[in-house]
Amino acid sequence: MTPEHFSEQLPEQLREQLGLGPDKVYAVIGEFSEPEDLVAAGRRIRQMGYTKLDAMSPFPVHGIDDAIGVPSSRLGWIVIFFSVLGALTALGLIYWVGVVSYPLVIGGKPLFDFSYSIPVTFELTILFTAFATFLGMWGINGLPRLYHPSFNYSQFHRASDDRFLLVIEAADPKFDPKASAEHLRGVGASSVEVVEG
Amino acid sequence: MSAVTQNPALMEVNPPLVQSDTYHDLTEQVSAITEAGVLETPMKYWITLSITAGITLLLGAMLTYLVSRGIGVWGNNRPIGWAWDITNFVFWIGIGHAGTLISAILFLFRQKWRTSINRSAEAMTLFAVMCAGIFPLFHTGRPWRAYWLMPIPNLDLNLYQNFRSPLIWDVFAVSTYLTVSALFWFTGLVPDLATLRDRATGRIKQVVFGILSLGWRGSARHWSNYEKAYLILAAISTPLVLSVHSIVSFDFATSVIPGWHTTIFPPYFVAGAVFSGFAMVMTLLIIARWLLNLENLITMKHLENMNKIILVTGSIVGYAYATEFFIAWYSGNPYERYAFINRAFGPYAWAYWTMITCNVISPQFFWFKSLRRSIPVMFILSITTNIGMWFERFVIIVTSLHRDFLPGSWGYYKPTWVDICTFIGTFGLFLTLFLLFARFLPMIALSEVKGVRAQEKQMFKGQELVAK
Repeated sequence: MTPEHFSEQLPEQLREQLGLGPDKVYAVIGEFSEPEDLVAAGRRIRQMGYTKLDAMSPFPVHGIDDAIGVPSSRLGWIVIFFSVLGALTALGLIYWVGVVSYPLVIGGKPLFDFSYSIPVTFELTILFTAFATFLGMWGINGLPRLYHPSFNYSQFHRASDDRFLLVIEAADPKFDPKASAEHLRGVGASSVEVVEG
Repeated sequence: MSAVTQNPALMEVNPPLVQSDTYHDLTEQVSAITEAGVLETPMKYWITLSITAGITLLLGAMLTYLVSRGIGVWGNNRPIGWAWDITNFVFWIGIGHAGTLISAILFLFRQKWRTSINRSAEAMTLFAVMCAGIFPLFHTGRPWRAYWLMPIPNLDLNLYQNFRSPLIWDVFAVSTYLTVSALFWFTGLVPDLATLRDRATGRIKQVVFGILSLGWRGSARHWSNYEKAYLILAAISTPLVLSVHSIVSFDFATSVIPGWHTTIFPPYFVAGAVFSGFAMVMTLLIIARWLLNLENLITMKHLENMNKIILVTGSIVGYAYATEFFIAWYSGNPYERYAFINRAFGPYAWAYWTMITCNVISPQFFWFKSLRRSIPVMFILSITTNIGMWFERFVIIVTSLHRDFLPGSWGYYKPTWVDICTFIGTFGLFLTLFLLFARFLPMIALSEVKGVRAQEKQMFKGQELVAK
């Protein structure tokens, strides 16, 4: 059932291209079995002065954003822009079709009016908002992607099952493979590994 | 890892929604369905699937016949220009509404019990809207010209849509509804597809789930954006679902036909849609729960809560029938009065009283707790509700049309065999898609159920501390 160590399956050439190797380190990762332990450990690690932290979990863990310093999502601003764009597109379309391109008097009704434009304007606003939310969320998250160095962690497959991983990235100025691994063990993490990538 | 346990006294009052010992057990249970080999899946599943697939072929045959012969093979003709096609369209669209209600509105109200059922209810929405779309699409007679419904410049006739017509509003509403429901559903699926990817053993499964899960790794930064996106999608789906059936009702309400031209239609249609949709979710879940042994995830509490919603919406529908009748009398308009008296006592009285029996009387049994918690009772009532709601649309559409203002243009609509087989065929398509979904994709929203389990565990810990 357990998948093999992802990076070891790759041919040498591909490993080179992806920048994999024992000398290239992505992060130190350790696992916890309960979400509360992850949050508590994350808070302590952050208090030690680490700034580039991440966590991986099978479901959103309450309080983790605050504990490891995840900035609040910017998605709302992108979405509101496209919502307004959706409404304007609909009104523009109805006006252009009714008044400019194909003016036709039906039942003595005006060529353009806000009252009968409401349903289509509403629906297009929703449609634009939905696409902005969907595409914007994946865009901000940098997904889809087929590969990420964290896949090399031997317990990675349990982050979508029942384990809660704490990540200290190598990009952190305070990062040192040995010391950081010790810090993770010190806050109660098990299976602590230096992950290449 | 310890089980979700709590004080036995509290267990009676407030049993946990997720009755499972560990997160891993949940993963195993839900993934086992999709990971089972062909022979490990119960034979009854494959037998059921082959029957529904056969009925889907019937749909294909009927639609081919319709296209080759023209829409005259359906029974609608003057004065009843809209009949089973629109009845079935409104029926299927209404079914879809429960899925969005469960996934969006109950999410906004923080109703945690929704998590076990929202995935399948959302899937049901998608399939129901697909079935609904078939009817207006083929009622055009030339479905390959369907792009004329879209505001794209067409060179054939150089025509544009009339944005003053509710029919074009309907096109926008239904296509937006289908698209947004699909995006919402897929967004919810991604973390669970990642779970399947991480467990996949075969090469094909690894590649397929690897691509579908978009490289999801459960990062806290990703979850933060993901939760925001989920909240936004829920927040826009809520007014969307209310708008869809309101706009469907505008198709009727903006006309000047007695029996259709009423302002009560939008709320009355929405309540009816939720009513019928919950009944359909109930029918499907009782079957799926039994077929796939999901009693610990879809508990009696879930079913009882849904029955309460059926009772509420059914009562709203009953109240709407009474209001409609009262206003028809109170308006003093002889045509309006005639339309309603004709509904109840005219040639279609059998359809009207079937509707009243199924929609107004039968949900009232759910006032009794014992009946609300009885699987056979709720299964039968879910079926009668769907029959009743189909008849509601039939009564509204056909009885309002069959006696025009002049007695010379009176008629009596009878469906042809093509009408009947097409409608049966859409059930085949609906059930086939649902069965394929239940077998090949995670039917329970795994990441959400795990989240609820974590919260319940915390809550019960707190309760025990208070008890001490």
